[in-house]
Amino acid sequence: MKINRSNIIISLYILFLMVPIYWLLNMSLKTNQEILSGFSLWPQDLTFDNYITIFTDPSWYDGYINSITYVVMNTVISVAVALPAAYAFSRYRFLGDKHLFFWLLTNRMAPPAVFALPFFQLYSSVGLFDTHIAVALAHTLFNVPLAVWILEGFMSGVPKEIDETAYVDGYSFPRFFTKIFMPLIASGIGVVAFFCFMFSWVELLISRTLTSVDAKSIAATMTRTVSASGLDWGVLAAAGVLTIIPGALVIYFVRNHIARGFALGRV
Amino acid sequence: MTKPINQRAWFLVLPVLILVAFSAVIPLMTVVNYAFQDSFGNNEFFWVGFEWFEEILRSERVHDALGRQILFTLIILVIEIPLGVFVALHMPRKSGTWTSICLVLLALPLLIPWNVVGTIWQIFGRVDIGLLGYILSSLGFDYNYTQDSFDAWVTIIIMDVWHWTSLVVLLSYAGLRSIPDAYYQAAKIDQASRWSIFRHIELPKMKNVLLIAILLRFMDSFMIYTEPFVVTGGGPGNATTFLSIDLVKMAIGQFDLGPAAAFSIIYFLVILLVCWVFYTVMMNTGKVDG
Repeated sequence: MKINRSNIIISLYILFLMVPIYWLLNMSLKTNQEILSGFSLWPQDLTFDNYITIFTDPSWYDGYINSITYVVMNTVISVAVALPAAYAFSRYRFLGDKHLFFWLLTNRMAPPAVFALPFFQLYSSVGLFDTHIAVALAHTLFNVPLAVWILEGFMSGVPKEIDETAYVDGYSFPRFFTKIFMPLIASGIGVVAFFCFMFSWVELLISRTLTSVDAKSIAATMTRTVSASGLDWGVLAAAGVLTIIPGALVIYFVRNHIARGFALGRV
Repeated sequence: MTKPINQRAWFLVLPVLILVAFSAVIPLMTVVNYAFQDSFGNNEFFWVGFEWFEEILRSERVHDALGRQILFTLIILVIEIPLGVFVALHMPRKSGTWTSICLVLLALPLLIPWNVVGTIWQIFGRVDIGLLGYILSSLGFDYNYTQDSFDAWVTIIIMDVWHWTSLVVLLSYAGLRSIPDAYYQAAKIDQASRWSIFRHIELPKMKNVLLIAILLRFMDSFMIYTEPFVVTGGGPGNATTFLSIDLVKMAIGQFDLGPAAAFSIIYFLVILLVCWVFYTVMMNTGKVDG
């Protein structure tokens, strides 16, 4: 009886989450005339034209390629620099460690709106404006602190004796770190990569400010198309549906890590 | 576990420091620079001291935006935290296919780009083509989020609940999973009520993750920009102009760099202060629990 009630509550909640997404999918499979002419719960005459528009027009599909490029770059950079730092925080005490840790966290708290304009000036002045690496670096502002924070939690869960045994056995630090330590916190790295991917993928303000043509993100493409061509609801909805897919794929691949990772680590 | 003191650990932190210095400190110094200077163009700047800060602190417009921001954040926290905990308590405790499916579906709204979240609700709330707007208006409500401030608020709050409650659910669920079954069996033997199980077993175990959830939700809702910007553009009038929207209007729309920079610094300090309080509380409760 109790199990049933739980299932009903979860199902209702998931239904609440899914209905707006279904509506977007529904819109993306309609023609513009159908969208504007009347109200229907499912597409009356099914069309894939909106998707075809996106896949044949470079100004659309480039947006996806650009977004994925800088998101992957950002994830790799964030994880690579956060790993040694998190190890230092979890294993050693050093001058100013607590202050440094909090200062890192404050960067996660900085509103992107505050940084948009200075970023624009900084990256323009070093000639990186409108490149993928500029967005990737700018997004490390909030991803690196988060990565360090989560990884530190995972690493603290690994007993210190493992480090000591490895050193006694004659492992050098880099070899120990890559061969023994990293496999131990694999689900932690999975969770961190997931979070970095997620926060970089969903961010709009900074990526829109830092790009104009060559590295324009899909999010920026969407907002600009809205203002340029009137409201092409069908294509807009189709573009929206396509932005959900990479996220859904990522979460599908890391789902086991997430469940396990959530239980082990701090987040 | 006591940690040894080792100053060489600084070398491990160095990459992060260099990166964050580049992506945070330099831009922040630019902001500070603007906050104390004025310009007549041509890159000629002169010192104005705290003039911009006084202007911002006295500005009605900023006060209003701050008021709306605080109200919004409070409503969000009051709805999302209890709802998230409630849903997490009803998540299946055993792992299996059903649990995996639930987790994936729950996490889906978190992975949608924020402007797409805005677009979804912009469409969903429209009276002519959106399901929500259509149902509400056919039920006889006079609902129109582009005209009516109250409707705009309701739409944005439901949108945020839709978007972010899952984060609270996932975090609380993680906390719940770490409770050994033995605790529940002991409670069963003692014939503890559902409420006392929650109060004395589940809540203490969830305390730390809940603090993280509250902290993250506070920060993110206080910095909210994209979703309300896409849905209402800050309107109708200024009804949903939150701090970030106001700031971007000031900095990029009107190019008032001095006041905008001063605004940024005050904004940042407010968030920092609240987070510092939370952080201190978190660290202390961590110590008490061992």
